[in-house]
Amino acid sequence: MNKENIAVEMRGITKRFPGIVANDSISFKVKQGEIHALLGENGAGKSTLMNVLFGLYQPEEGDILINGEVVKITNPNMANELGIGMVHQHFMLVEPFTVVQNIILGIEPRSGLIIDQSKAIKKINEISEQYGLDIDPHATIKDISVGMQQRVEILKTLYRGADILIFDEPSAVLTPQEIVELMKIFRNLIKEGKTIILITHKLKEIMEVSDNVTIIRRGKVIDSVSVETTNPDELAAKMVGRKVSFSVEKEPAQVKEKILNVNKVSAENSRGVLALNELSLDIHAGEILGIAGVDGNGQSELIEVLTGLRKVSSGEITLHGSKLQTLNPRQISEQKVGHIPEDRHKRGLILDFSVSENMVLKNYYQPRFNKNGFLKFDEIDQYSIDLIEQFDVRTPSHKTPARALSGGNQQKAIIAREVDSDPDLLIAGQPTRGLDVGAIEFIHKKLIEQRDKGKAVLLISLELDELLNVSDRIAVIYEGEIVGIVDPKETDEKELGLMMSGGKINQRGKEQ
Amino acid sequence: MKTLSRWLLKESIIIPLISVFVGLLIGAIIMLFGGYNPVEAYQALFKKAFGNIYGIGETIRTITPLIFTGLAVAFAFRTGLFNIGAEGQFIMGSLAAAYVGIMLDLPAIIHMPLAVIVGGVVGGLWGGIAGYLKASRGVHEVITTIMLNWIALYLSNYLIREYLIEKGQQKSVTLAESSWLSFAFLTDMFNNARIHFGILIALLCAVVFYVILQKMKQGYELRSVGLNPHAAEYAGINVKGNIVKAMVVSGMFAGLGGAVEVLGVTHNVIILPAFQGYGFDGIAVALLGGNTAFGSIVGAFLFGFLSFGATGMKLGAGVPFEIINIVIALVIYFVASRLIFKRLLNALNVNKQEEQ
Ligand SMILES: Nc1ncnc2c1ncn2[C@@H]1O[C@H](COP(=O)(O)OP(=O)(O)OP(=O)(O)O)[C@@H](O)[C@H]1O
Ligand SMILES: [Mg+2]
Repeated sequence: MNKENIAVEMRGITKRFPGIVANDSISFKVKQGEIHALLGENGAGKSTLMNVLFGLYQPEEGDILINGEVVKITNPNMANELGIGMVHQHFMLVEPFTVVQNIILGIEPRSGLIIDQSKAIKKINEISEQYGLDIDPHATIKDISVGMQQRVEILKTLYRGADILIFDEPSAVLTPQEIVELMKIFRNLIKEGKTIILITHKLKEIMEVSDNVTIIRRGKVIDSVSVETTNPDELAAKMVGRKVSFSVEKEPAQVKEKILNVNKVSAENSRGVLALNELSLDIHAGEILGIAGVDGNGQSELIEVLTGLRKVSSGEITLHGSKLQTLNPRQISEQKVGHIPEDRHKRGLILDFSVSENMVLKNYYQPRFNKNGFLKFDEIDQYSIDLIEQFDVRTPSHKTPARALSGGNQQKAIIAREVDSDPDLLIAGQPTRGLDVGAIEFIHKKLIEQRDKGKAVLLISLELDELLNVSDRIAVIYEGEIVGIVDPKETDEKELGLMMSGGKINQRGKEQ
Repeated sequence: MKTLSRWLLKESIIIPLISVFVGLLIGAIIMLFGGYNPVEAYQALFKKAFGNIYGIGETIRTITPLIFTGLAVAFAFRTGLFNIGAEGQFIMGSLAAAYVGIMLDLPAIIHMPLAVIVGGVVGGLWGGIAGYLKASRGVHEVITTIMLNWIALYLSNYLIREYLIEKGQQKSVTLAESSWLSFAFLTDMFNNARIHFGILIALLCAVVFYVILQKMKQGYELRSVGLNPHAAEYAGINVKGNIVKAMVVSGMFAGLGGAVEVLGVTHNVIILPAFQGYGFDGIAVALLGGNTAFGSIVGAFLFGFLSFGATGMKLGAGVPFEIINIVIALVIYFVASRLIFKRLLNALNVNKQEEQ
């Protein structure tokens, strides 16, 4: 239609929230058939902008043009009709339903009064084949992996006829292997003439798949560049407004006494299957122990038994030489164990509480904040304001509900709370998930600072770069056991990858 | 400051007002169709409820128990629980207060407070049963509270018949006057309306509700458990214990309501042929009030005023009760679905800004 074939154009979009201008007259264009990346710090306004495009928010000012025509998108259904689909960071799937049921939800094909799934299944299989999504229409959502769930979301948008697909941090929830798959799917989508807008914090992904990138800082567009003419350093600098160092600088570790000992611990997961199989490890004061492993090999259960959220079925855990596995979460936290949970929405925050209330989630009951059963809200607020400042949590105020913070800033709030309690042992479950490069650098510094103060840090991460950069030792977990401990200076991604798959390459049949 | 006043205007005042207005308007249309004069009918409604001192006294009397059950439902809801059992807790509270009122012989200064407290405690225990079953056995509180309503109904009827019955009647003997919450001087002041001091207890309960939830450590824990039990567990909060506590406090509000109604209005308990509906109305009240303490008072006011004033519409304008109930239901429906108006208002605002 349009001579330049511009699929999406946003002109002067302004969206305000109480106390903040999330999008400040943003303009940008996405060409038909390209992958256009949106890059920006946590809280820059990327998700907000895409929610505007998808009809979830109404902008106060500005126009949206789809294929050259001005449109008004007042709700997601309208976006669907215009061929816009969105894959949210937190999936919108009905867990007990099957894949087909989820996909046809709201647009059920009928014959008479009865829902006719067979037509839908046929179409799903066709789409799945066409884009290499590899989806079983009959599987139940709660039984399939996160990566598969994401592909269901992609299929859902395609089923509804989407030509423009928006992805909000799709790789944040994926394992490295799944990310490789996702990149392939992106290429397939483009081959079939789709247009993709991709929000991501991972510069590597941008360099790898996208054509153009628009950088947003504090609600404003800083620049739009073609990926060919740029490099990660330049992108990072544009986005944060200063130079970012990707390699972590640290002194050699001053390892001291043993803090935590895990001795042949076994535990079941929520489905009653053995998840930790006589796992043993030690952590010392003054070191960062990284745990590497393919997602689902017992990392979550390990964190849970260490923090009192899951019972061990056998074995012994000692902290400072005294028994830990009989203690409840509060007692453990009082033994100076901090915990950054893997899932910030499930465990880490009460989204409807204010930022202030969330900052004292672990210590609201202590005399500092509590007098005769009454909370000292003035103290709590003051404390929160300090933390917000120290950890650069971008929020309009400490009274803002945590729900209204951007994903990365929610994470920063949790990290502020846990690091500030100055724990002897800090258990960090994927602490940098969803953070921008600047914030990641900051968090890494904080972890190393803890270590240098003579504290112990247990870092569980799916990012091998992170583990290699930050840890002093890396323990590899496979099927609930530690299969080896390596020195990050003497290993590489390849060796780790091999150990993570149980030491056998033939399992996946291919190397990445 | 500016945003604050705008917020007040937008959210909490204007929208409920519009909702009530639209409800009354559609009610008027229905009355017109039925051949009744809505202006007359609404005049009669207001006159009945507020036209004279007697009406005001009786309106307050109607509102009082609704505040209690509204608070009960709202409190549970704020802690993530759906208490359908305010009805049963109310019954148990009445029964317990009546027992104390009939069986004990004490000076008024002790008797009356004791009866009130025992009513509250028994209501709280009754609610606590449902809380305990949920915490220890995972039985959903909707099921248990419904069941406990029936158990309360028949248990109360049985105990009244066995121990408290007035010979040859379907009700208990009258409570000793030393336990009453109603006083001659107050009744006289309101021209014999059955207003009593229970309203003060109700308002006090609303304050307690607010203080516990918003100011106290206990309330912080209760709200955490209600909003996100996983995060509460992570924070070291005893999730199960707080479920029980929440149901006890909720039941206590309803139990106090029952006690106050007996001590202030009826002065006896009757063998109930069916539920009186205070607990169920409490659900509507809590919903109207957005599950806050102040909201519950306003909700109870609206609900109580409409249902008491309704008799006026019948007598003053000849509108049959069926239609009156439709009108009441409409008002409540529109207030409860005030989100519709909020959306509408927002859409209007957006349009206005675009025109500029
Ligand atoms: N519903 C909301 N209510 C109030 N403020 C909001 C709301 N949603 C977002 N904000 C604010 O708008 C700003 C932009 O948020 P947005 O979620 O768009 O950031 P983002 O660029 O996606 O960040 P991240 O990388 O951390 O996900 C933030 O300051 C956030 O606090
Ligand atoms: Mg975001």
